[in-house]
Formats: sequence, C-alpha cells, structure tokens
Amino acid sequence: MTMNETNGPGSTESQEPQDSGAEPLKEASGSQCDCVARRAAMAAGVGVFGAGYAGAIGYPVYRYLSTPVRRAASAAAVTEVSLPEAASMEPGTATMFMFGTRTAILIRHEDEHYTAFDATCTHLGCTVKYEPENKRIFCACHGGVYDPETGDALAGPPPKGLTVYRVENRDGEIVVARM
Amino acid sequence: MEKSSSPACEWAPLRKVWEFADDRLGLNEWIAFGRKKTVPQHGHTFWYYFGGISMFFFLVQVTTGILLLLYYRPGPEAYDSVRQITYDIEFGWLIRSAHSWSANLMVLAVFVHMFSVFFMKAFRKPREFGWWTGLGLLGVTMVFGFSGYLLPMDELAYFATKVGLEIPGSIPIVGSFAADLARGGPTVDGNTVQRFFTLHVVILPIVFGALLGVHLFLVQRHGNAVPPSEEAKPVAERASIPFFPDFLLKDLAMWLVALNLLAILVSLFPWPLGPQADPLTPAPAGIHPEWYFMSQFQLLKVLGNWFPGTVGEILGIGLFSLGGLIWAVIPLLDRSEENKAMARLGTRIGLVFLGALIVLTVWGYMVV
Repeated sequence: MTMNETNGPGSTESQEPQDSGAEPLKEASGSQCDCVARRAAMAAGVGVFGAGYAGAIGYPVYRYLSTPVRRAASAAAVTEVSLPEAASMEPGTATMFMFGTRTAILIRHEDEHYTAFDATCTHLGCTVKYEPENKRIFCACHGGVYDPETGDALAGPPPKGLTVYRVENRDGEIVVARM
Repeated sequence: MEKSSSPACEWAPLRKVWEFADDRLGLNEWIAFGRKKTVPQHGHTFWYYFGGISMFFFLVQVTTGILLLLYYRPGPEAYDSVRQITYDIEFGWLIRSAHSWSANLMVLAVFVHMFSVFFMKAFRKPREFGWWTGLGLLGVTMVFGFSGYLLPMDELAYFATKVGLEIPGSIPIVGSFAADLARGGPTVDGNTVQRFFTLHVVILPIVFGALLGVHLFLVQRHGNAVPPSEEAKPVAERASIPFFPDFLLKDLAMWLVALNLLAILVSLFPWPLGPQADPLTPAPAGIHPEWYFMSQFQLLKVLGNWFPGTVGEILGIGLFSLGGLIWAVIPLLDRSEENKAMARLGTRIGLVFLGALIVLTVWGYMVV
C-alpha cells in the first residue's frame, strides 16, 4: 500500500525503504535478507523477554490487588448462620443480618413463623426493607415490591424474586441456611 | 517499537492509526527531533546514565507507593496496617520491600549523579539552574526518605524520627517551634504519622514533580554537558551518538540492569518490620538514622562530644549549612576553565566534600 515507493509484492516484512529520508540509519550494511532475519529474531527475543518481565511483575501485583477479593470469596462460602437474638424478636418485625458477605433480612411474622431472604434488590442492588404496616418488602430506590412470605417479585421493576433462605428453629436457636 | 516510529507501517490499519495520531500530535516531528538530538560520547559517558537511573527508581517509587496506599492506614493504625501488608496481603512484603529498597537506591543514584555532574563541571553556564533544581530535588528526595521512614511506626522509625526532629529543635528561637509544628505536638505520635503521611504522598510529590519538570526541560534545552577534557578538543573531533534510538536504548538497558539489581535485593533481603513503637519502651542499642543521614548524625555526635551542650549542636548545624551554601553557589564561583585556580579549587572542594561524606558515614557505622 506504499504510495511513494512501490517495491513489488516481495517486500512483505521489510523495513528497508521506510526511513522517510530523515536520517540514514547507520547499520545499512550487509545483505537485505540477513538484516530481515536478524530483525525478526531480535523482535521475537525482545517480545519473549518482555513478556517474561511483564509476567514476573504483573503476577505479584495482581495477587496483591486481588487479595481482598479472594478473602471475600471464602467468606461468602458460608452455608448457615446462627442468630441467637432472633428468638426474642417481636412478632411483626424484621432484622437485618450478614449471611457471609451478603446482607440478608429475617422477618418474624404476626403468627410467629419466620422467613428469611437475601436483602439485595434484584433490580439494581439496593438493600430492601420490610414494611409491617403494608405487609410487604419494599425497595425505596425504584419502588420494587416483594412478597414477605415467598420473596416473589410483586410489583415494580424487579425482574425476579429475592433469594430465599431456609429458617430452622433448633431448640430455641434460630438458624438461617441456604436452601 | 521501531516499526511504529516509521511513518509508513506496512500493516494498513496500524498505519492509519499512526497517521491519525501523527496528524494531530506531530509525532514524526518528535522522532525527527530525537534523531537529530545527539549525546556526546567520550571516556566519561557512563556517568550520564545516573540521572536516568535516578528517574527510573523514582518511577518505581511512584508505582509501588500507589500500591502501598491501597492498604496503608496512617494514624493510630499505621503499624497494624504495615504489619498486614507485610505478613497478610499476598506479595505485600514484595511491594513494601521494593518501595524501601528502591528509595535507598534512588538516593544513592542521585548522589552519584550529583557528584558526577559536579566533577564534570556540568553546573557551569548555561546550566546553573539545572544544578539548583537538582539540589532542590536532592533536598526533596531526602525529606521523602525521612518522612517515609516514620510511616510504618515501628521502633526504629519512631526513634529515628524523634532524634531527627531534635536536631532542628535545637536551633535557637525558631527551632523548637518548627519541630513542634512538624510533629503536631511535643511528642512523636499518631499526629506526626498523619502529618508525615500528608507530606509524603501529597506535598512532596507536587514539589518534586514541578522541580523535575524544570530539571528535565533544562537538560533538554542545553543538552548534555561535556567534561573540560572533552571541551578542550575541537568540535569536529568530539564523538556523539543519536539520542533516538541509540542513547535511548542504552538508557533503557541501564534501567533493565537497575530493575534486576532491585529485584535481587528486594527478594533476597526483604525489608524488615521491627516491633511496634511504644513510648514506654527505652531506646534499643544502636539506634541510627538511614545511611544518607549518617554523616550529619556522626558530625553532630562528634562535635557534641568535643563541645558539649548546645554549642556543639549549633556548630554542627552551622558547619553543614555552610557546606550546603558553598555547594549551592559553586556555579557562581567556578565559572570557566580559563580561571585555572578557581577550577582546581572547585574540584578540590568536591573531593573534600565527597571524602568527608564517606569518612563520616563509615565512621558513623563503625561506632554504632
């Protein structure tokens, strides 16, 4: 595609006539072929070498930066959470707790049974709250409404229901576990 | 690399990108300029690399410093956060070790650079401001070192800072006021760490960046100085190489050497973390400052023994200030090779200063 100097199709990778007349490079001796081969070998060598250094520096830096991410992943791997305080909750109230790294909500209904859900709204990630007067779970960000019994999305923008947790009463101790 | 420097790349899309950028940024002009720019070539060319090496270590400082900022917490939690970085966060020890080692290597490179500039008489007209901005950069570098040394808040850091601030504190009238202001109170504590932290990561980088900008601009404007022995030759006999790509590649090769040296030191001798600073613990034996403050420390100690009390301290500070003043005005005294006596005196002053620094430093380590 060179407009100024047409060399024919043979000059695939060469650099020869491209000095744009600026300043002649000093190593113009030797045959064209040698030069091209040497250049290619040099470029490959520099590439391998550079990649080695980039890896040797990049890998520790990546591990350093991502340490908290990995820690959070292992913290998120919990399967159940025990909530000793929950047994004394007033009926018709809710409490927030951490299920691993996730915010969760535990509701004690008027008839004294419990339900628990992941408290992150499925729409855009706000934390939802329980409204006992309206008997619903509500997200204040965009007006999403969920069923406090099943976690199903009832109204507003949420595309799906809240993740449901299993609640067990083990000899008076309330334990929330993954389904 | 070289391909992109050429205006006509054979791969069309890349060439289009190049042309787009070149049209707007004038990249080819820069390359032509770099090709035209030359670096003198002679027996002392080796010393030209130390400015670049200093800058390489500075760039390592910036990078590792930003990484440390992600986990470091100044104030009362300082020690705990550094302990966490060193023992808890993966490869945190490596980043911290690199920061500490590179700081020391940077100071060393800056000193080599300064003395080589001095003995090549590169401070002479028109390069006086290069010398002065360089001295400013040295000063900022040392304050960088002093402030950074406290940040882990281990025992050594605590006492080094305590002693270090006692020295200006002994200057009559303004001294104790300035020291209190630097500490944020009469003692080294969480306030001091917070202050030193602000100095270290906000104020000093701004000042350093500005000075470095002027320094590099001046190097660019006046080019490399040649030593008097070279200057005596007729211009036609002086050898030189193009800056781009020849000198730049050699410069990068030196950076690679510096990187490898750093990697070896960092991994084989990881920077230690001492026990937490505790104001109720007496100073352990052998407390001493970093090596680049050792000569001042030793001078004060010696003079303090000879002239007990404030007299010795004032004398020591006075002596160092006088030395600094002579060092700063040298471009105004040793102005050309024609004044042979002055040129010789300049070189001798340099030798005396270099000798005094080395002797005092070694002496300091011998009696620690």
